[in-house]
Amino acid sequence: MDLAWMGWTTFTGTFLAVIASLLIAMTVWEIARPGGAPRKGLLGFTSTRGDRLFVTLLGSAFIHLAWMYFAGGVDLWWALGLSGLYGLAVFRWV
Amino acid sequence: MQRTKNQKAWFLVLPVFLLVAFSAIIPLMTVVNYSVQDSFGNNEFFWVGSEWFVEVLNSDRLHDAFGRQLMFSGIILAIEIPLGIWIALKMPKKGWAVSVCLVLMALPLLIPWNVVGTIWQIFAREDIGLLGHTLAALGVDYNYTQDTLSAWITVIVMDVWHWTSLVVLLCYAGLSSIPDAYYQAAKIDGASKWAVFRHIQLPKMKRVLTIAVLLRFMDSFMIYTEPFVVTGGGPGNATTFLSIDLVKMAIGQFDVGPAAAFSIVYFLVVLLVSWVFYTVVTASDAEDQS
Repeated sequence: MDLAWMGWTTFTGTFLAVIASLLIAMTVWEIARPGGAPRKGLLGFTSTRGDRLFVTLLGSAFIHLAWMYFAGGVDLWWALGLSGLYGLAVFRWV
Repeated sequence: MQRTKNQKAWFLVLPVFLLVAFSAIIPLMTVVNYSVQDSFGNNEFFWVGSEWFVEVLNSDRLHDAFGRQLMFSGIILAIEIPLGIWIALKMPKKGWAVSVCLVLMALPLLIPWNVVGTIWQIFAREDIGLLGHTLAALGVDYNYTQDTLSAWITVIVMDVWHWTSLVVLLCYAGLSSIPDAYYQAAKIDGASKWAVFRHIQLPKMKRVLTIAVLLRFMDSFMIYTEPFVVTGGGPGNATTFLSIDLVKMAIGQFDVGPAAAFSIVYFLVVLLVSWVFYTVVTASDAEDQS
């Protein structure tokens, strides 16, 4: 199958693979422990672990955008690291 | 509430998942792929990394389009929501007039976007349009092809004409679900019209109103066809909203890389606003129930 028209690169392929495996991992987690562990967190709304993943991913996207706006396109690993910390915080407290 | 534990349902979701993957996720990934590369056509791509994102995020052109977009959505929401509520309150509650009003209200919603654009484009013209000609005869300085204010007024009035009915119909549905007993109780207590509105009608309309605000926000934030047909984004760039700018960039200039980066930023903003809105609504609903 020729997918050249889509302009795939290793990086974007990895990106899709990471998101897909996160979703699969969440599905497995949900099957193992159903219910999504809802709780009322720091932000004042009830969130399940799916909500927390969504908040993490959306927040990470904006962290990267902010990094690119303020620091330019250099050292994006820092933004990724920040997103990781942010994700941990979200899963711990939101 | 105890949830049913039945994991077989996951397999029933599988066909939908495959369909969505084919029709949405994979095409969306094409946009992601383009956003980090440059292309001069001929299916050749050159890796540029985050260059387009940096360019798009710092572009004055897009900041301006974003500002115009927010202003447009803000203005039409500020007009359509109160106007829609007011009309819904004034609509007849029973008898033959109900059907007549509902049909009249539904009419603008049935007209395709580009037809609405064409109607207003001709309606507002000074030489052959009824509105433009009348205004000119009254001595009003109105020309939507050359004057920024006229262009904005035309586009906003057109959107209000097209979409207020949606708010009206949603509010009307909310209002007709209020039992008569509420009104009788209010009458016995000697409640004023405002008190009835504030404490009975508005709370009962809250759910449909949030849907109306969300729908109108999303729709107006992504508006393309109507202003494109009426003003083409002009005069100058005065009514160039985000979608119009995006299409200019992607198809007009064939800058697929920057256009893809811009699409992703646009998508993320829409996603964020919708999520915040949805969360606020569900949180307040949960509070109402508890």
